[in-house]
Amino acid sequence: MPSNEWLLITVGAILVNNVVLSRILGICPFLGVSKRLKTALGMSGAVVFVMTIASFVTAVLYQLLLKTELTIAGRTVDLSFTRILLFIVVIASLVQIVEILLKKFSPKLYAALGIYLPLITTNCAVLGAAELNAKVGRGIIESTVFGCATGIGFGLALLLFASLRERLELAKVPKAFQGTAIALITAGILAMAFMGFSGLVK
Amino acid sequence: MLEIILISAGVVAVLGLILGLLIAITAKKFEVETDPRIEEVQELLPGANCGACGYAGCADMANAIVTKGVAPSTCPVTNEEKQAEIAKVLGQEVGEAKEKMVAVVFCGGSISRAGRNAQYNGVMDCRSASIVANGGGKACRYGCLGFGSCARACPFGAIEMRDGLAVVHPELCRGCGKCLGICPRKLIRLVPAKAKVHVYCNSLDKPQQKRKYCSVTCLTCRKCVKAAPDSMNVQDQLIRVIYSNPPDPSFVEGVKCPTGALQTEESHRCLVPKAAADGKEK
Repeated sequence: MPSNEWLLITVGAILVNNVVLSRILGICPFLGVSKRLKTALGMSGAVVFVMTIASFVTAVLYQLLLKTELTIAGRTVDLSFTRILLFIVVIASLVQIVEILLKKFSPKLYAALGIYLPLITTNCAVLGAAELNAKVGRGIIESTVFGCATGIGFGLALLLFASLRERLELAKVPKAFQGTAIALITAGILAMAFMGFSGLVK
Repeated sequence: MLEIILISAGVVAVLGLILGLLIAITAKKFEVETDPRIEEVQELLPGANCGACGYAGCADMANAIVTKGVAPSTCPVTNEEKQAEIAKVLGQEVGEAKEKMVAVVFCGGSISRAGRNAQYNGVMDCRSASIVANGGGKACRYGCLGFGSCARACPFGAIEMRDGLAVVHPELCRGCGKCLGICPRKLIRLVPAKAKVHVYCNSLDKPQQKRKYCSVTCLTCRKCVKAAPDSMNVQDQLIRVIYSNPPDPSFVEGVKCPTGALQTEESHRCLVPKAAADGKEK
């Protein structure tokens, strides 16, 4: 893969087509764990970690099993329509296994990511990254890079948003806008700011 | 058509089976043995994660109790019953229980009673207000700022903001001491729960000065000291209760403090109007 393509995938996933602010995926954790910068940091780390591994595994599954036409009992079938179902199952079990392994081999990392890992199990941003990879038809390495970059993009958006919300806590917000309302408005303005990157990468 | 359905269902089923087995095998093979008592102890702990024990939350505390042999009474929030239950789980004796402590906000200067000399329009938080030159709107530089930072910090909801004054509800207070560090004026202190009488003033100004800006300040007239020299003493410009020998609640009525700074915990709460309890300056 030429090096400028790597750059395109990374910059594209982090800034131009940011998974939260441009593709509007993973809004639930984006609003849920953005109240404090510290929890946002833990969540971002966990998402980057899971998304990279999940993109790799789903890409392997897609390339080897679903993309190729299988010949079973003398009949060829195209199984690519089952990919969303299979991706959910694979991602969910993957997170479970990773959690068990982390607990055994790296209790420190487990303690840091602990509560966030199960939360990501069915995070639609993770599934979205896998689905986008399959849709565009990226190879295994490209998919992994894309997954990692998408995770970093999610982390970036989450950290920016969490910092903004921490400042908002101290601001005088009109009563009608307090709480989630002002958070959603902030998210909208942040998304508009990220629109400035559009056109940078096709 | 039917084949596609069957084959795809078969593939999904086989994949599901493989993944299920994989999880089961890894879960069995890489099992981390945790002491089941840790979970039991954790359930008996209050679960507020207040950190008053010095550990990072109740889970960490439970771990320390079981693995490091820390006494359950290190948790200042649990009552003796719960501590006995924890000790039963561990099969050991209860450590010597600490005396129950509650927080008291040593100020009686609610909005209607304390004079003000400025209009504060900044961030509605005591720590922010204390940075400004005057330190909030109230004239007294020692009293409660009234923005409720302590009330927000309390994990048990024991501090109520009444008329711009923080009031502790001792029956809800568990003496964790979280509010002590939050208050920029250092007005909140932990005192033994059995003491019911307090001097609700913290001002170290001279009595002539105090009188000008607050109607419920301690003027150090020594009326109460004369009535109970073993229970009250004068410190700087204030009279303080000696908490090792606190006076009886009926003592307050007998003394008739001229300003009303000397109050029982209950009468203090009744004096502060409940209406404007939002803790914001009007």
